[in-house]
Amino acid sequence: MAHENHGKVDAVTGVATTGHSWDDIEELNNPLPRWWLWTFYLCIVWAIAYCIVYPAWPLVSSYTKGAFGWHSRDAVEVELAALKDQRSGMTAKLAASSLDEIKQDPEMFAFARAQGKASFGDNCAPCHGAGGGGAKGYPNLNDDDWLWGGSLEQVHKTIQFGARSTSDQGHSGSMPAFGRDGMLKREEISQVADFVRSLSGLPTEKGIDLAAGAKVFADNCAACHGDKGQGMQEMGAPNLSDKIWLFGSDKAIIIEGLNNGRGGVMPAWHGRLDDTTIKALTLYVHSLGGELNR
Amino acid sequence: MAEAPVSSSLATAKAEDAPLYAPRKQIYPQAVKGRLRTIKWIVLAITLGIYYLLPFIRWDRGPNAPDQAILVDLANGRFYFFFIEIWPQEVYYFTGLLVLAALALFLMNAVAGRVWCGYLCPQTVWTDLFYAVERWVEGDRRERMRHDKEKLTLKVAARKGLKHFIWLMIAWWTGGAWVLYFSDAPTLVYDLATFQAPMVAYIWIGILTFTTYTLAGFMREQVCTYMCPWPRIQAALTDEYALNVTYRYDRGEPRGSMKKNEVLRKQGLPAGDCIDCDQCVAVCPTGVDIRKGLQLDCIQCGLCIDACNSVMEKINRPLNLIAYDTDMNVKARIEGRPEVRKIVRPRTVFYAGIIAIVGAVMIGSLAMRQTIYLSVMHDRNPLFVRLSDGSIRNGFTIRVANKNLDERSYALTVDGLSGAKLDIVGGEIDQQGRAVIKVGPDQTLEARVLVSSHGADVPASTDIHFTLSDIVTGDTTRMSDYFKAP
Repeated sequence: MAHENHGKVDAVTGVATTGHSWDDIEELNNPLPRWWLWTFYLCIVWAIAYCIVYPAWPLVSSYTKGAFGWHSRDAVEVELAALKDQRSGMTAKLAASSLDEIKQDPEMFAFARAQGKASFGDNCAPCHGAGGGGAKGYPNLNDDDWLWGGSLEQVHKTIQFGARSTSDQGHSGSMPAFGRDGMLKREEISQVADFVRSLSGLPTEKGIDLAAGAKVFADNCAACHGDKGQGMQEMGAPNLSDKIWLFGSDKAIIIEGLNNGRGGVMPAWHGRLDDTTIKALTLYVHSLGGELNR
Repeated sequence: MAEAPVSSSLATAKAEDAPLYAPRKQIYPQAVKGRLRTIKWIVLAITLGIYYLLPFIRWDRGPNAPDQAILVDLANGRFYFFFIEIWPQEVYYFTGLLVLAALALFLMNAVAGRVWCGYLCPQTVWTDLFYAVERWVEGDRRERMRHDKEKLTLKVAARKGLKHFIWLMIAWWTGGAWVLYFSDAPTLVYDLATFQAPMVAYIWIGILTFTTYTLAGFMREQVCTYMCPWPRIQAALTDEYALNVTYRYDRGEPRGSMKKNEVLRKQGLPAGDCIDCDQCVAVCPTGVDIRKGLQLDCIQCGLCIDACNSVMEKINRPLNLIAYDTDMNVKARIEGRPEVRKIVRPRTVFYAGIIAIVGAVMIGSLAMRQTIYLSVMHDRNPLFVRLSDGSIRNGFTIRVANKNLDERSYALTVDGLSGAKLDIVGGEIDQQGRAVIKVGPDQTLEARVLVSSHGADVPASTDIHFTLSDIVTGDTTRMSDYFKAP
């Protein structure tokens, strides 16, 4: 469809124009170079060959698979295998070393922390949070308070076998349901709840009999939580005299725990994750906060 | 340019008959001798010499660094340029270099048009070299044109074969030199020769062999006319003062045969110096007729100046009928006005000024470049942690880069939060409460730093500052961050 001025000849160059004019600047109708045309044909050939060689066209319930069965999933697996192979030296070293040896070796420690961080994101973050910040009922792994102990060996054991888990090597011991099971009366529970708050210097309700609370505590709680409420890691009994509260420090929350008991579950990872990964996780978690309990 | 004579043979062609595609018009540039040709040979020798030999220059940096003067170490993320070593986070030096290169191109353009195209561009230099080989093996313009018209004889075929062989050798070496910039040159040459070099080296040599052979052997001037954006940009950037290879039609026209113009001159009639010998067209590597005036295809290599001058010498006419001049001055001479030659004008002063400023900034930043580097990143989750005693702790990931070529010990301190306690995972705390970090030569170390407040009473956000200092030299760098609390 030629323009009305199509074929007009440009005076300066002597070349015919397409007739298109923008602010009196006219488009010369120069021929395209022949090689450009061949390049264009070559691109078409390339595109057709590509469709034959690689997966390309969607079908109703499938797609064309390509001549050589290339699959992006296979390509990823090859790359993952190569990555694993590349790391195998370090992984073997980690497997053969004790936790302390790994910690003393900066190169191994850095590798373990990086691997542990990745594994933490995959396995632990749903409960403990992306950075191990914890949530109500799920311990914060960045602080200096450890229910089952914060040393490398203790953290290792907790990750391996869990707490109140299906593993018979896991930590056991839970907070009894003093109210529900009728061990303590409603008034006693209220008294001991206020007494517990007073252990860490929190204000108590006016007119409450703290001495009675202390008596209830000594009779019922001190066996696990210690006579000063300092906690006991063998039983997983929290320290009640510090500023860290797993479920919260409100009186209502404490009463809820006294009535119904507490017993959060940490699964056992032994058998689900390989030993090297658990070692790496231990070093990572320990470096978040446990590290400083030296 | 309207005054310039124009070939009008095409003007009569019917536009409807114009072909959509046209084959390339084969160009057979003739050999030429002269001042500009000599300059071009020298530039060719220097630029190619630099390109092919630079990777072999050694530069001693001590035991922990490569001794190659120019090396792009992709595996370790380092760029070495004589006494300069650049880390990946310092690529702005490259940006600076590119800005300088662009400005230098603009300045060149403002002074003398497409000097870059005519003398320095790799496309021009390699094409020039390939033409030289072609001329050496197959003979000069006339001989080549004759051979291409006649039936192919065994002798000509052999010559053409030899030409392509030499071209491929040059192209191969071009690719070979390229990969040497990315690895220790002598080692890589040995590995390449004994077929032990990594596959990627051979692939890159293959790619550059192909591009050099194709672009310099076949595409040639079409790269400039069809592919390169610079001729278009250049036309928009230039002005009437910029010197260009110019046919001085004020003394060239009316052109005519030597004898005819001799007669006219004796009769006192107007007669130009141009004898229409077409030597300027014969030597042109892009096949243009410079007498048509400034045009996009002309790369302004100046070879037509040499060709014309050799003719002017023979016919005893003044030299420089084609010369570095401006269209404006040609018109001025015709109209009897004085010529204007202005190299120092706002445009050139502006470009030179910016070049000086950017250059000074780059030299300054290089001179003040620190070999100590600290980055601090606050934990995003959790932002803060309450400890058993009620105090608040924040976690940070720090990176310490040691850009020296020996191991260094650094001390990290924090200020801005009174009574703050510093702790580090992957380092030690000394008796003064500083975190001591050892970083190996030319390495980066990542560590986890924990800052704890004294007591529970902390504002929600406090500005804090980390100071990292080299324990031996006292070099110091500071980074600011925040201490977060509930």
